[in-house]
Amino acid sequence: MIARVCFYPRMSFPQGDRDYTPIVGSQTDVAPLGRGGPKPPHERTAEEEVDPRLWAVIAKDPDFTALVRGKMKLIVPATIFFIIYYFILPIGVGWFPQFMERKVWGDVNIAYLFALSQFFMAWILAGIYVAAAAGWDKKEHALLAKHGCGTKV
Amino acid sequence: MIPSPLLAAASPSHTSLWMFLAFVAATLVITWFSARKSSGASAYFAAGRRITGWQNGLAVAGDYMSAASFLGIAGMIAMNGYDGFMYSVGFLVAYLTVLFIVAEPLRNAGKYTMADVLAYRLKPRPVRAAASVSTLTVSIFYMIAQMVGAGVLVQQLIPGVSYEIAVVGVGVLMVVYVVFGGMLATTWVQIIKAVLLIAGSMLLSVLVLQRYDFDLGKFFTSLTAISSTTADGQTVTRNFLTPGLIFTNPWDQISLGMALLLGTAGLPHILIRFYTVPDAKTARASVVWAMLIIGAFYIMTTFFGFGAASLLGPDHIAKHGGTNMAAPELARVLGGEIFFAFICAVAFATILAVVAGLTISASTSFAHDFFTNVIHHGREHRPGEEVRVARITAFVVGALAIVIAIILGPTVNVAFLVGLAFAVAASANLPVIVFSLFWKRFNTAGAVTGLTVGLLSSIVLILVSPDFMKDPLFPLKNPALASIPLGFLGAWLGTLLSKEQPDEAKFTEMQVRANTGLGSEKASAH
Repeated sequence: MIARVCFYPRMSFPQGDRDYTPIVGSQTDVAPLGRGGPKPPHERTAEEEVDPRLWAVIAKDPDFTALVRGKMKLIVPATIFFIIYYFILPIGVGWFPQFMERKVWGDVNIAYLFALSQFFMAWILAGIYVAAAAGWDKKEHALLAKHGCGTKV
Repeated sequence: MIPSPLLAAASPSHTSLWMFLAFVAATLVITWFSARKSSGASAYFAAGRRITGWQNGLAVAGDYMSAASFLGIAGMIAMNGYDGFMYSVGFLVAYLTVLFIVAEPLRNAGKYTMADVLAYRLKPRPVRAAASVSTLTVSIFYMIAQMVGAGVLVQQLIPGVSYEIAVVGVGVLMVVYVVFGGMLATTWVQIIKAVLLIAGSMLLSVLVLQRYDFDLGKFFTSLTAISSTTADGQTVTRNFLTPGLIFTNPWDQISLGMALLLGTAGLPHILIRFYTVPDAKTARASVVWAMLIIGAFYIMTTFFGFGAASLLGPDHIAKHGGTNMAAPELARVLGGEIFFAFICAVAFATILAVVAGLTISASTSFAHDFFTNVIHHGREHRPGEEVRVARITAFVVGALAIVIAIILGPTVNVAFLVGLAFAVAASANLPVIVFSLFWKRFNTAGAVTGLTVGLLSSIVLILVSPDFMKDPLFPLKNPALASIPLGFLGAWLGTLLSKEQPDEAKFTEMQVRANTGLGSEKASAH
C-alpha cells in the first residue's frame, strides 16, 4: 500500500516530541485539549492530506513548470496530428474518391489501407505517450519528494 | 460460396436461451459477492478504487462497445461494405483524446463524477447542477436507445420472448447489478462481456478466414464482386471495398467524426471508470488496454463484417433477420446452432454491460452532484445517505427507461439517440472540461453557459435534422459540426461577459493536483 505523506505542518505536535500520555491517576490525567499531531492515515481525507500552502509553492517551482511544459510539448502537437490524420480519411473518401479507390495490394485499395492505418497510428501515438509519461512520473516523484510529499510504502 | 445446404435456416432451438441464463446467473453471483464486499461510498461509486489497469481497460471496452458496435457495424459492413468499416475508425481514434487530455487530470483532481473537476475552482452548485443535467440527459437517452435495441434483439435471438418482456428483463437486470452490486459488480459484468465479445469475434474471424485457406489476398478478392438485389428487384454487383456505398454526403462523415473524437472524452459513463483505479498512472494504463481491445475488435470487423457479405451475401442476411443479425447469422452458418447461441449470448451481454454502466453513471451524478452537493451543500446529513440516494436513483432511472422504451415501442428509430448522446457529450461536456483544466480565466458563468448552449444546440439541431424532418432546417444527421463550436463559443462568451473574477489560487491548486496527483483520492485499504 503506497500512501502519500505530506502533513499539515501546523498540525504537528506544538511542543516537539513531548509525550502527552498522562500518568494514570495524576492530576494531569486528562486528555490535553486541542491535541494536535497528524491524524492516522486512515482517518485523513484527501483534502486534509496536503498543506494548503504547498499548492502555490509547488506551482512556482521551476521543476513543476518544466514538467507541465514538457507534457504540453508532446500533447499539443500529438493532438493536432491525430485530428488531422483522422479527418484526412473522410475528406479523402468524400472528395477524392478516385485516388482512394486506387488498388495498391492485390484488390486492396488506398481507402481500406488508410482506414486500417488509423488503428496503428492510434496505437503508436499511445505508445509514444506512455513512454514519455514514464519520464514524467519520475520527475513528478522527485518534485513531490523535494517538497516533503514523497511516497512511502 | 458455401454449399447451399449450409444456408438453410436451422430450426429454432433453446440453446441461446440456456446460454443467456448461464450468463445472467454468472453476473448475479458476481453481484451477490460485490454486495457482500462493498460498503461505503468509495466502494459503491468507485469500486474502492482498487481495479487494476488491465481490468479497467477491459471494463472501459465493455462499457463502450455497445450492441450498435457489435451487431450494427458488422451489419453495415455486411450490407454495404467499406463505409461501415470507416465508421468504426473514429470509435478508436477518439481514445487518444481520452488518453491525452482527460483521463489523468480527471483521476487526479476528481472524486466520483466529471463535475468534481469542474466544481474545483468554479462555484460548485450551479456548475454541478448544469453538469448533472447534461450527464443525466446523455445517460438516459443513450440508455433508452440501448433498451429499445435490446428489446428488438432479444425478441429475434430467443424464440418466444416478446419485446416487452425483453425490455423489462434487461431493465430489471441492470437495476439489480447497480442497486445491489454498485460499481464493483458493474465493472465485472463489463469485464466478462469484453472477454466474451473478443473471444466471439476472434472465433468468428478465424472461421471466416478458414474458408479462404487463411489467404488474405483471396479474402479481399472475394469482396470485389458482391451481388445483391435492389429494392426494385434488379441484381447489382458491387465492389465492397469501394467507399461511398452508404454515406453520400461527406459533411455527414465529418460531423460524425467530430462527435466521436470529442464526444468519447465527454461520455459520463466512460469518465467515471477512471475513478475506479488507484491512481493516474493506472488510469493511463487502462486507456491503453482499452485501446488495444477496442482496436483489435474493430479490425476484426473486417473479417466477420466483410466475411458475412462474401460468404452469405446481403440478400441472405436481409432474409434471415436483417442487418443487425449479420454476425449471429454468420455464426450459425459457419459454426452451427451452438455457436449461434454463443454469439447471441455475447450480444446480450454487450447490451447489459453498457446499460449497467449508463445506470451507474446517471445515479452517481444525481446522488453526488445534485443531491449531496447542490441540495445539501456538499454535506451528508446521515452517513451512507449518498449511496442510498444513488440506489434509489438507479431504481427510478431503470423503471423510467423500461416505461419509455415500452411506450416508444420496437419500431421507433433510436439511432439518433446514440448520435445525440455523443453530440451532447462533445458539445456540452468536453468544452467545459477542457476550459476548466487549461484556461485560467474560465469562470462559473462560462461553464454554465457552455453546458447549456452545448446541450440545447445539440437537441435543437437534431430535432430539425433529416432524421426528424422531411424538409430539414439543418442538413446534417449529426449536429456536432455546428454544436461543438457553439458549445466552445458559449463557454468562452459566458466567461468574458461575466464580471466574476476567477479564483487564481484554486486554479493553481487544480493545476498542481491534475499534474502531480498530490492529494488525490486513494484506494481503500481492503
